[in-house]
Amino acid sequence: MPEISLAALAAQVFTGLVLGGIFVLLAIGLSLIFGLMTVVNFSHGALYMLGAYFGYVLLTHTGSFTVALVLAPLLVGALGLAVERVLIRPLYGRSPDDPLLLTFGLSLVVVETARLIWGKIGLTLDPPRALGGAVNLGFTYFPTYRLFVIAVTAVVLLALWLFLEKTNVGLLIRAASRDPLMVRALGFDVGRVWFIVFGIGTGLAGLAGILAGPMRGAYAEMGVTIIIESFVVVVVGGTGSLVGAVVSGLLIGQVVGLTTFFVPKLAEIIVFIFMAVVLLLRPSGLFGEAGLLE
Amino acid sequence: MSAVAAWVRRHPVLGFFVVFAIFPWVVPYKSLATQVLIYGLFALGFNLLYGYTGLLSFGAAAYWGLGAYGTGIALAKLKVTSLWLALGAGLAAAVVGGAVFGFFCLRRRGIYFAMLTLAFAQLLYFVGFHLADWTGGDDGLRGIAVPAVVLPGLRIPLDRSVVFYYFALVLVGLAVAALRRILDSPFGTVLQAIRENSDRAAACGYDISRIKHLSFVFSALFCGLAGSLDALRLTVVPIESLHWSTSGQVVIMTLLGGAGTFFGPFVGAGTFLVLEDLVSARTESWPLVIGLVFMAFVLFLPKGIWGTLTGNSAAPK
Amino acid sequence: MQRRIFLKTATLGAATLAFPSLLRAQGKEPIRIGFPLPLTGPFAAIAGDMKQGAELAVDELNAKNGILGRKVELLIRDDQLKPQVGAQRTQELIEKEHCQFIVGGLAAHVQMAINEQTKKAKVLFISTSQSDEITAKPDASTITFHEALNPTITSRVVGKWVMENLGKKWWIVYADYAWGKQNNAVLIETNKKMGGTVLGSTPYPLGSAEFSAHLPKIQAAKPEVLMAVTPGADDIAFLKQVKSFGMHQQMKLAKPLHWISVAKQGGPELYQDVYGGVNFYWELQDSIPEAKRYVEGFNKKFGIPPGDYGVYAYSAVLEVARGSELAKTTDADKVAEALRKSPQYNHVKGKQWWRACDNKSIQDMWILKGRAPGKTKGDWGLLEIVSRVPANEDYDRTCAEKGHTG
Repeated sequence: MPEISLAALAAQVFTGLVLGGIFVLLAIGLSLIFGLMTVVNFSHGALYMLGAYFGYVLLTHTGSFTVALVLAPLLVGALGLAVERVLIRPLYGRSPDDPLLLTFGLSLVVVETARLIWGKIGLTLDPPRALGGAVNLGFTYFPTYRLFVIAVTAVVLLALWLFLEKTNVGLLIRAASRDPLMVRALGFDVGRVWFIVFGIGTGLAGLAGILAGPMRGAYAEMGVTIIIESFVVVVVGGTGSLVGAVVSGLLIGQVVGLTTFFVPKLAEIIVFIFMAVVLLLRPSGLFGEAGLLE
Repeated sequence: MSAVAAWVRRHPVLGFFVVFAIFPWVVPYKSLATQVLIYGLFALGFNLLYGYTGLLSFGAAAYWGLGAYGTGIALAKLKVTSLWLALGAGLAAAVVGGAVFGFFCLRRRGIYFAMLTLAFAQLLYFVGFHLADWTGGDDGLRGIAVPAVVLPGLRIPLDRSVVFYYFALVLVGLAVAALRRILDSPFGTVLQAIRENSDRAAACGYDISRIKHLSFVFSALFCGLAGSLDALRLTVVPIESLHWSTSGQVVIMTLLGGAGTFFGPFVGAGTFLVLEDLVSARTESWPLVIGLVFMAFVLFLPKGIWGTLTGNSAAPK
Repeated sequence: MQRRIFLKTATLGAATLAFPSLLRAQGKEPIRIGFPLPLTGPFAAIAGDMKQGAELAVDELNAKNGILGRKVELLIRDDQLKPQVGAQRTQELIEKEHCQFIVGGLAAHVQMAINEQTKKAKVLFISTSQSDEITAKPDASTITFHEALNPTITSRVVGKWVMENLGKKWWIVYADYAWGKQNNAVLIETNKKMGGTVLGSTPYPLGSAEFSAHLPKIQAAKPEVLMAVTPGADDIAFLKQVKSFGMHQQMKLAKPLHWISVAKQGGPELYQDVYGGVNFYWELQDSIPEAKRYVEGFNKKFGIPPGDYGVYAYSAVLEVARGSELAKTTDADKVAEALRKSPQYNHVKGKQWWRACDNKSIQDMWILKGRAPGKTKGDWGLLEIVSRVPANEDYDRTCAEKGHTG
C-alpha cells in the first residue's frame, strides 16, 4: 500500500463527489420513472449516451459549451417525451414485463442508431478553455471542469427541489411517484404527470451525459454499465424517495472513490457489496417506505 | 400453427419431445438447435421463479454459472472421467448456491429482492474473475474434455453435434417432465397462490417463506443443469457466464416468449437466438433490427408470442 | 448501405470481366474463410479495420487465381466481444457454412472460445488478437496459429525501449484483466531486469472511465515514466484526466500499444509525445515496399489509410492461401505442416516467420510517438515512427516455458 497523504485523500473526496453527482442525476430520473412503471427504464443509459453525443454536435456547430449544456438535456428530454407519448403510453395498465422489454429493445435501437450516425469510433468533447486546467484548492490541484460539474449538479438539484416542493405540479409528481393509484383515485390526470416526469427524468439523463462527456468522451456503449450502478443507487436510497436517491448517490460516489483509492481491486464490486449490506440491514433502502412499490 | 400450439399445451411433455425431436432438422444447423434447447431450459428455470412464484430475479446467471463451472472444473481441473459425476458436480454447486443465496435474498421483497439476487450474482462473478487458478479468470475455463455417455452395455461419444443434441434433449426433456410434475403438484398450486397474493397464501396457513425458498432452489437446479450442459456444449466456460448481462438475457428471452406460461421460455429463447443468428449474419446493424422486433412484439403482441399462439393470456402479476 | 452493395457488385462484375481466371475458379466449390470479429461493442472500430484488411486480401486472391484455382469467400460474423457468441458463430461457420478455415478474433477471451471450437472440428485457426495463452499449453494446438503480437513480446520490446530512452523510474496503471495483468507483469519484470524501479502499479477495472482517484498519488510519487496499459476508450479517458492534472508536463507517457483509431479519436492534443508500440503503421509505406503496396491498395478500396490490427487480418488470410497452395489441399493438418515447413513470409511489413514449436508469428515492431498538434499528417498521421525493433524470437517466452517439449 502506498503512502497516503491527507491531501490526496481530500482530492479523493472531491472525485467521489463528481462521480456521485453523475449518479444522482441518473438515479433521480430512474427513480421517478420506476415510480410509474414499477420497472427499470432500460433505455435510460442510451439517453445518457445521447446527451453526450447531442452535446458534441451542438458544441461543434455553435462553438459554445453553454449552449450545448443547456440544449442537449432539453433535446434528450424532448425525445423522452416523444418516447412516452408514442411507445410507453399504450403500455400503462399492462404487465410490468412489457415496458421492460420495450425499453430494452429501444436501448438497442438507440445505441445502434448512434453508432450509424456518429461512427464506431467514440468522440472527444473538450471542456471550454476557461474550465480547462486545474485549480489550486489549497491542499491539492483539482481539475476545474470537475468542480464545475459539482456546481452544476448542485444548482440543478436545488432547482428540482424547489420545483417539486413549491409547485403544485411538483406535489402531484411526488405523490404520483409514491402512490399512483391514490393520485388517480383523487381524480387527477395521472397521464399528464407521467408525461412530465418522463421528460424531466430523461432530460436529467441527458444532462448527466453532456456533463460526463468532457471527462470520459462520448461513445455508443457509455450508458451500458452505469445504468446498473445508477439503479443500485436508486434501490439503496429507497425507491420512490428522491432524497434517498440524492443521499445514496453521493454516498456511493464516496464509497466507490475511496475504495478505488485504498483497494483498487474491489472498485468494481463494492457498489454491489454496499447495496447487499444496506438492503439486508434496511428492508426498503435508506429512505424507502416499507410496502411501497414492492 | 395455433392448433399445434394448442395440442402442445394440452400434452406438454409429449409435445415437448415431439417438437424438439424434429427441431434440429428445421433450423439452419444442429448447434443452434442445441443452444435453443439449453437456453430454453435456462429460461424455464428462471420462469419457475418469476412466472410461477412471482419473484423477479436479476441474478439467474449465478446458478447457470455455478452449474457451468461445477461441471467444467470437475472435468478440466479435477480430471473427473464420469460424465454423470461431472453433471452432478454442476447441479450440486447450483443447488448449494441457490440454497445459500436464496436464504438471504428472500428476506426482501419486490425490487429489493431482485437487486439482492443481482448483488450476489455479481459477487460470484467477482470471485470467479479473481480465482483464475480454478476458473481460468477472464480467459475462461478451458481444457474441458467431455467424457462419453456410459450406460450399462452402451458407450456413446458426444463429439458429433447431432449426437450431443439428442443427449441434451433427453436431459432437458427429463427436466421439463419434472417441472411439469412440480407445477401440477399441490406445491405448484401454492406457488401460484403466492404469485397471486402472498399475504393470502400465508393466511391460508402455508409456510410461504419455506415454499419460496424451495422454489428458489428448484429454479437454481434447472438453471444449473442448463449451465452445466452449456459447458459440455462449448467445452469452455467464459467468465461472462456469471455476468449480469447473462441474467438480463434470460429475463428478455422469457418475457419475449411469455412469462408464466409453460413453453413461453422455450419459444422466447428460440425466437431470440434464431433471430440473432439469422440477422447478425446479414447485417452489422443487427441490434437495430432486433431492437425494433422486440418493440414490435410488445406493442402488437400483448399476450407474448406463446400466449398469442395458444390464445391464452400470458401475463401474470 | 444500398450504395455499398451496388459498388461491391459492380467491382465484382468488373473483376470478373478483367480476370477470366475468376470465372474458371467459380466453376469449382469455393474456399470459405470464416471470420468472427467484435463488429459491435467497444472495439468495433478496430474490428472494422480488420474486416477491411481481410476483404482486401480476399479481393487480391480472387483477382489472381483464388486459392488452388478456387474462388475465395469471406464470411464475417459479429462475435459481440463475447466468448459465448464467438463460439456459437464459429460453430455456425463450420457446421452450416462449411468454412475450411477460421481467421479472426479481437480479444483474448473470445479467441480462446473460438479456438476450443476449431480444435474440436479440426479446422485450421489463425488468431489475430493478442494473447500469451493461445500458443502455450494447454490451449496451443498444431492447427492453431497466432498472427498477432502478444503481451510478453509487446511489453518486453516497449519496456526495454522505454528503459533505454525515456527513464527508469516508472509507475504503471493497468486494466485489471488478463491482457492488462500480463502486460503489467512483463513490464515489471523487464524494468527490474534492467535495473529500474517500479514506484507503483495500479490496477483499475477495464472499461472504467475514472482514473482521477489514482492520479494525485501518482503525481506525488514523481515517476519519470507513467506507463499506461489502458485499452480502447479507457485510453482517452486516462489521457484526458492525466492532462487535466497537468501530469503530461511532469513525466513521460508510454504504453505497450498505440491503437491508431483510438489515437485519432483522442486527437493530437491528447496524444502529443505519448510513446507506444505498434505492429504496423501506414507511414511505413515510406520505407517498406510491401507496406506501400498494402497501404495503396487499402486506400484505393476504402478511401482511408489502414490501421494496425487490419494488417493481422490481411496477412493471416494470405497465409491461409499460401499454406493451401503449398500443401495443395485445404486439409488442416497438411496446411499447418506446410506452413511450419516453409515458415517465412512477407505480405506487408517485411520478413516474418512461424516459430515451429508453437505456431507463433515472429515479426518486427515499431515504437511511435504522438506528433504535436499542427504537425500531424492529415487525419490519420497523428503519430511518427521513432524506432524499429527487428523480429526476434527471444522476445517471446521460450518453447519450454510455454510447455512445448522438443
